[in-house]
Amino acid sequence: MPEQGAILKKRTLFQRIRHSIYPGQLQPVKDREGYRRFFNTLILHFRPRTVPERTLELTLTWGLGGMAVVLVLMLMGTGVLLKFVYEPLPEKAYESILYLQRDVLFGSLIRNIHHWSGKLLLIVVFLHFLRVFFTGAFHPPRQFNWIIGLGLFCTVLFSNFTGYLLPWDQLAFWAVTICSGMLEYIPGVGKWIQNLIMGGPEVGLATLSNFYAIHTAILPGIIILLMPFHFWRIRKARGLVIPRAPEDEVTTRGKFVNTIPNLIMREVVVALVLMAFILVLSTLFDAPLEGKANPGLSPNPTKAPWYFSGIQEMLIHFHPLFSLFIIPVLMVIALLSLPYIDDESSAAGVWFVSLKGRKMAVIAAVTTAVATPIGILADEYVIDLAAWMPGVPHFISNGLIPFMILLVGSFGFYGIIKRKYAATKNESIQALFVLFLVAFLIFTITGIWFRGTGMKLMWP
Amino acid sequence: MTEKGKNQPDLTKTSRRSFFTKLWIFLGFIALIEFIGVVTAYLLPGRKKEKAGSFGTIIEAGPVEKFPNESVTTFIRGKFYLSRLKDGGFLAVSRKCTHLGCTVPWSDKDKKFVCPCHASAFDIKGEVISPPAPRALDLYHLYIENNIVKVDTGKRIKRGGFRTDQAVYPKQA
Repeated sequence: MPEQGAILKKRTLFQRIRHSIYPGQLQPVKDREGYRRFFNTLILHFRPRTVPERTLELTLTWGLGGMAVVLVLMLMGTGVLLKFVYEPLPEKAYESILYLQRDVLFGSLIRNIHHWSGKLLLIVVFLHFLRVFFTGAFHPPRQFNWIIGLGLFCTVLFSNFTGYLLPWDQLAFWAVTICSGMLEYIPGVGKWIQNLIMGGPEVGLATLSNFYAIHTAILPGIIILLMPFHFWRIRKARGLVIPRAPEDEVTTRGKFVNTIPNLIMREVVVALVLMAFILVLSTLFDAPLEGKANPGLSPNPTKAPWYFSGIQEMLIHFHPLFSLFIIPVLMVIALLSLPYIDDESSAAGVWFVSLKGRKMAVIAAVTTAVATPIGILADEYVIDLAAWMPGVPHFISNGLIPFMILLVGSFGFYGIIKRKYAATKNESIQALFVLFLVAFLIFTITGIWFRGTGMKLMWP
Repeated sequence: MTEKGKNQPDLTKTSRRSFFTKLWIFLGFIALIEFIGVVTAYLLPGRKKEKAGSFGTIIEAGPVEKFPNESVTTFIRGKFYLSRLKDGGFLAVSRKCTHLGCTVPWSDKDKKFVCPCHASAFDIKGEVISPPAPRALDLYHLYIENNIVKVDTGKRIKRGGFRTDQAVYPKQA
């Protein structure tokens, strides 16, 4: 095309460079409208052109997925900044944090943002997980996205955990010591995994290097790979689940509206409010930092990070093989198989499946909210199976027997509530899920606030 | 491997191509296995493991008379406690709780080790008094040479509970 060549030659050097960067438009972007068109086309490379209007309702998503993305970006930004100051060596790590806080301009602020964003991210992805569960958004065609979501959740959990050790203070050191100790109870490969992760028999130099590499390279890498996969599956499912009232029939997808500005404006608002919130939080509250790690002195009480304190609480009541391996593995298997359980009724898009489902969920919640504290108190002050059955191995007296009680109790509940309400599979599974969820939350709350010196029960 | 068995002229263009494709996939798998092997070997800890009995792992605790019967002495450097039992026997007890690895302090008042993490308790012999700890505290190899108590911290002994042959007694002079 000789003509185009002629046009090109007539341009100045500046114009030619600009054209090489953005060849799409021969006309220079002159006005606001032009810039808007430019950015809109950029956005539409990532987002669909239109979205179903009903999925824009705040009461469907609560903006949780968008919040998670914003927090991940903030964590990556502040994380990179922290890498410039932090030194991952046992003798230097703690001092480098002190240096960061005392001598680096805005050092405290950056660390606080990273700390609070990390905590909040875990809470946000957990709530997002609950939202997806209770709106039935794991049913076909969203089955596999549920699995990816669980993978992302685990990645966030382990990012939090590996980051926990890095400040190398007493809190970090002992929390990681006991959590790594937990790995030993996985039958067969536990000792091997523990050795691989910790790089030796005790938390030390090798552990810190491992955690640092995992925290700053491997887990962010996994998140970067899984996130687009998660979003792509949403596109492939043709958007989010369409919310509807329990009495509504499964309707058509309804009206579609333009993504720009309807969805984008909402997302920007959520992102800005969230960022403002994090900034205020980080200005007002400092990330905790205790004394430097001392391997010879376990503080009393030594607690796992708050998100593992439910598991730590289980440890007090069950033999480690059950609380650390059998129960968590069963839970994970249940969650992974959840979207593949066949059910005749279509529950996607309805909060808590149906009106009956809501009622059953409340009953399940109340049942555990009463039974769990009673169980904890009874186990603390009355029941002592190990002492009542001398000669019986702890594995049976403290493990198998309470586990069987738990199993019989929950499946008894499942059977009774299913028959009593003549419920569908979806409704009954949800009730069972609520049963375990509330129990786990109560265990976590007990572990965080109601355990004092010597891990005895106490009033906070 | 059917392609290989056939005579040269019988090989059509597609079968040769598919043979090479299979070969590439096969080589790719070999490369992947090699890669995983190298990474695993690289990451596995313990290259510079302190060998039992080698320099640096043996700690001289001191002369036998220094430790009264029914006493526990702390050795911070060796990460163990030296227990002397009622009958004069010695045990080098690891300070690491068998439950989750916290450091257990010795309480002289209550005459027991109490773990601050989950309230496991052990007696002077390291035996479990109260769970959740699943087994007795580990021991280190201990021997008495010329009336001097020595502990080899490179030799950790796991055990279910206390047996009398675990305690080491000084030779009666």
